[in-house]
Amino acid sequence: MRKGASFQQDFLIRGGDFSGAGRVSCEIKDLLKELGLSSQVVRRVAIAAYEAEMNVIMYAREARFDLVITPQKVRIIVEDRGPGIENVDLAMQEGYSTATEEMRELGFGAGMGLPNIKKNSDRFRIISEPDRGTRLEMTILTNGQGLK
Amino acid sequence: MTMTLKDILALVDGELLTPEMDLGIECPEIFASDLMSDVLTFIKPGSVLLTGLVNSHAVRTACLTDVTAIVFVQGKRPDMKVVDEARERNLPVISTGLSMFEACSRLARSFPERTR
Repeated sequence: MRKGASFQQDFLIRGGDFSGAGRVSCEIKDLLKELGLSSQVVRRVAIAAYEAEMNVIMYAREARFDLVITPQKVRIIVEDRGPGIENVDLAMQEGYSTATEEMRELGFGAGMGLPNIKKNSDRFRIISEPDRGTRLEMTILTNGQGLK
Repeated sequence: MTMTLKDILALVDGELLTPEMDLGIECPEIFASDLMSDVLTFIKPGSVLLTGLVNSHAVRTACLTDVTAIVFVQGKRPDMKVVDEARERNLPVISTGLSMFEACSRLARSFPERTR
């Protein structure tokens, strides 16, 4: 789906799909490597994408990942249908978590997800509406090292 | 001289579950955690991950964070499909009967002499 110097692809993620968790992020990582982006950019995108993917799997019903790569940036917009986040400021605090025991046994739910997405992004925006869903926008700049 | 995966395998008395992989790769960093959230937040690229978590999330987290190899501690062995996934992603995996503490202690004792 190339259009000029940009690349766009959508991915669907189902909530509760713990066995498939990480597949989309791995696919995105492989794609970025294939496109020749620097290992640092690839790693930041992969980590941010995986945190977002885990959040969808743990909390939402489903989500669409919209990946766009241009020469300047990699941008992922995650729009989910789910319970939303009641207090976004609280959710952005490291260590704050509403994860269940089952999620923690899988090694997740330590309350680091959203702060870690922000840490790995150059631009980060989150909007959430309780009982409807959450929209995350994360952009990682490539300093011209993006899509050629 | 930096420690290699071969050195690590010997130090932890480990078994390489992906035998066809290169043991000569250098391992400049070690990170130990069962919490993948912490791995995603704090691990440095190129690290060897010591963990007691043997599900596919450990392998996927390792791949996404550019981990060099995984050492499963406490005699834990992942399912074959988890090992297969690691192999597909070219990620060496080792199993050791040592506890997390003992494995970390042995590596920590040997690490400084070799790297500094």
